[in-house]
Amino acid sequence: MEKFVKLDGLVAPLDRNNVDTDAIIPKQFLKSIKRSGFGPNAFDEWRYLDVGQPGQDNSQRPKNPDFVLNQPRYQGAQVLLTRQNFGCGSSREHAPWALLDYGFRAILAQSFADIFFNNCFKNGILPIVLPAEEIDALFAQVEAMPGYRLTVDLPAQTVIRPDGKAIPFQIDAFRKECLVNGWDDIGLTLRHADKIRAFEAQRRAGQPWLFS
Amino acid sequence: MAQTLYDKLWQSHVVHQEEDGTALIYIDRHLVHEVTSPQAFEGLKLAGRKPWRISSIVATADHNTPTDHWDKAEGTAAIDDPISRQQVETLDANIRSVGALAYFPFKDARQGIVHVVGPENGATLPGMTVVCGDSHTSTHGAFACMAHGIGTSEVEHVLATQCLVQKKSKSMLIRVDGELGRGVTAKDVALAIIGRIGTAGGTGYAVEFAGSAIRGLSMEGRMTVCNMAIEAGARMGFVAVDETTIDYLRGRPFSPTGEAWDKAVAYWRTLHSDEGAQFDRVVELAAADIAPQVTWGTSPEMVVPVSATVPDPAQEADPVKREGMERALQYMGLEANTPITDIAIDKVFIGSCTNSRIEDLRAAAAVLQGRRVAANVRLALAVPGSGLVKRQAEQEGLDRVFVAAGFEWREPGCSMCLAMNADRLEPGERCASTSNRNFEGRQGPGGRTHLVSPAMAAAAAIAGHFADVREPIDCPNKEQS
Repeated sequence: MEKFVKLDGLVAPLDRNNVDTDAIIPKQFLKSIKRSGFGPNAFDEWRYLDVGQPGQDNSQRPKNPDFVLNQPRYQGAQVLLTRQNFGCGSSREHAPWALLDYGFRAILAQSFADIFFNNCFKNGILPIVLPAEEIDALFAQVEAMPGYRLTVDLPAQTVIRPDGKAIPFQIDAFRKECLVNGWDDIGLTLRHADKIRAFEAQRRAGQPWLFS
Repeated sequence: MAQTLYDKLWQSHVVHQEEDGTALIYIDRHLVHEVTSPQAFEGLKLAGRKPWRISSIVATADHNTPTDHWDKAEGTAAIDDPISRQQVETLDANIRSVGALAYFPFKDARQGIVHVVGPENGATLPGMTVVCGDSHTSTHGAFACMAHGIGTSEVEHVLATQCLVQKKSKSMLIRVDGELGRGVTAKDVALAIIGRIGTAGGTGYAVEFAGSAIRGLSMEGRMTVCNMAIEAGARMGFVAVDETTIDYLRGRPFSPTGEAWDKAVAYWRTLHSDEGAQFDRVVELAAADIAPQVTWGTSPEMVVPVSATVPDPAQEADPVKREGMERALQYMGLEANTPITDIAIDKVFIGSCTNSRIEDLRAAAAVLQGRRVAANVRLALAVPGSGLVKRQAEQEGLDRVFVAAGFEWREPGCSMCLAMNADRLEPGERCASTSNRNFEGRQGPGGRTHLVSPAMAAAAAIAGHFADVREPIDCPNKEQS
């Protein structure tokens, strides 16, 4: 996993509540057995005017000019700004894979759905929860200023606006450490292999029916 | 101190805990299907790791599999879409090389939707942690399990370590007391709860469903309610063990037997919240207030009783919500203030991990008996949740009721719930669906989904528009029956 320490990135706004993972990456692209290549199909049904299929040349497809991420000013965005309950619905990790492949490394929202939130951390994407008033202010600033960028400083746990205001955010210590170091959690868990084996042996003795 | 059921389930699975509360949680049952597992098996192989405990794995193919013409070719050759076929074959190869407690491949007599297959085989037992790369894993909470969906990285993590890194959620009690009215089902309870707390209402919580109306539900009904916990934002929802749970599990293929059964039952009976246990949030609903529900928008929280009208965005004060409602109405092709029962439908889907069990099929068949699907309904699908459900339904003659009414009686699978196979809506088509998500494009690009119970889907099928299953149903096509 790629490390996440500090990011200075262009911000794109997606001003909706309840953006679900079916919208982030529609089901027809879930047939892939790979982890990469989903970026051109991120938000496929909103982004293109036709119905996308796996294996297409997406550069030839008609784009929806009304979809915000298609606006020239948001090309190359690395920070996504959105509202409540982002990533609700299916557990498909193809959603963070698609966002990462598109170029997003940080997502700022008022709230996230649990499974999506969790999946972001496994892929080097930092999901940041901010209060409604901060989110409102950021939407207003992004709209008003083409080329609007934010600095996300994970070690300091702050989002820094162009006007210098630093907005603090919370993150679990363990998740922060994994992101900053780019650690693979499986390796970390396997440090406790002896404890897992001991737990398992005890469980097998107490509830043998779980192991048959 | 009095403990909640969640406290008990959590504590009995902690392998190790860090100072910040991050814990390593042991996983008893790992359900695997073809869509979210290939990258996990590949990751495992690339890292040179072996699965920790093969006997925890139960696998089946469900998302991509076709629901008709299984006999047209041998094995997976009956799957037309080459990319879908490759995914199903990849699961076959992975399970063949790694092993599993049980594997129900495409066309197996016990194949079906993973959340139907686990419980009916007794592979989901009380007190377990159950995970799967599928958000509707919350279904298994009906058996007092800590059961939730995970992403593919976590699928790999569980394969490699038999554990997940987790933090304990807050606890919520949703109590539904009283008796459900005639024609009001578990699906209506689930939708009414989501209507009340919203699709993010359960975010960050583990939810226990309790109260006399929940106790009065069958295991099938409890599975429907727990299945929809994720649509309320809660990764998991569960119900305490009682006689209904124990009766359901007796004699299932993977249920314990003999002395082990007695010992298991004694333990299972402890799986309930203690008297006086404290929850972080309590929500109460009166069963008598719940009417059959119909969703009108593109989020499960956009739901009203069948007797209501489509809500008017002009009445909504929050501008972001108002805009969301306007967008939903536009997508759904609906006008504000239209009576729900005036909305005509094009297709009907009875199936999915929410509502494809025997009781669901019986409820739909009871409404369909002796009636015909309305002429404006282009396609009505009945898709049993598994091969075992299908066989039982056929033994009871339900298939004949569906077919006589004009439904297609299909092979088991996820089917039109998410439309990864050929079963889908065309742009603009409107569907009465017993599935769990009415998101834009969920049942096919441009498709319009209304979530309802199986009885309500059957009523809509014969009326040609939504109809209150509690009242006499207009049956325009009866002359053909």
